[in-house]
Amino acid sequence: MSMTPQEYEAINQRYSPASKGWKTIPMAWLFGGIICCIGQALSDCYQALGLEKDIASASVSVTLVFLAALLTGLGVYDNIAKYGGAGCLVPITGFSNAVASPALDFKSEGLVLGLGAKMFVIAGPVIVYGTAASVIYGLIIYIFHWY
Amino acid sequence: MDWMMYLKVFLVGGALCAIGQALIDYTKLTPARILVSYVVTGVILGGLGIYQPLVDFAGAGATVPLTGFGWLLSKGVKEAIAEKGLLGILSGGLTATSAGIAAAVIFGLIFALIFKPKDKS
Repeated sequence: MSMTPQEYEAINQRYSPASKGWKTIPMAWLFGGIICCIGQALSDCYQALGLEKDIASASVSVTLVFLAALLTGLGVYDNIAKYGGAGCLVPITGFSNAVASPALDFKSEGLVLGLGAKMFVIAGPVIVYGTAASVIYGLIIYIFHWY
Repeated sequence: MDWMMYLKVFLVGGALCAIGQALIDYTKLTPARILVSYVVTGVILGGLGIYQPLVDFAGAGATVPLTGFGWLLSKGVKEAIAEKGLLGILSGGLTATSAGIAAAVIFGLIFALIFKPKDKS
């Protein structure tokens, strides 16, 4: 799967506001903090409705992923991310955006090699190296009986 | 409502994002590399037993950022090995994170089919 430098730059730019440091870092903190607080509020709601903590937590992820994918489809998420920078990238909503955004953008190249393949441009590496790290961790604790 | 908890969520979740922003601004790390680093870091911190106390302290402030995704991978592997032995090394991580990944894929697919791409300014 190859990306042209322009495509790569476009993904890069989305999370990189022009101004530096003194403005972008507090903004990332603010937006990221708010997204996490929305997650906490959802978690409290789900637990109040009787869900177990782990199930509530997974349901929060699913809800945030849904909302971020919807806002990406509406073209709103990218506009928020211009202000929030990494505050909109690092939370799981950023992962969802990284899946939905290229899926939408490359739909014109076909449903299989466009939408289907390009949705994993960023999510793919995350899953590859996350899984690899977890398997290495699993091997270590299996060998040393640390589980 | 427990306002103290929300303050902790905001501070910890925000701090994790601020670190990501500092990495974007002051290093050559691209957003894709930052996401990969965060997940791998989460697996390592989860494996070392450092991330669980942060989750207990800050709730969604620790689970919503992608380091929480990594933590969940390591937690899933550990639980699966205790339950299923050797197979758990392979099955645990993706089982624990399957809802989030499947949600991203399915909602990404649905909304990509429904909506039209917008011109990015």
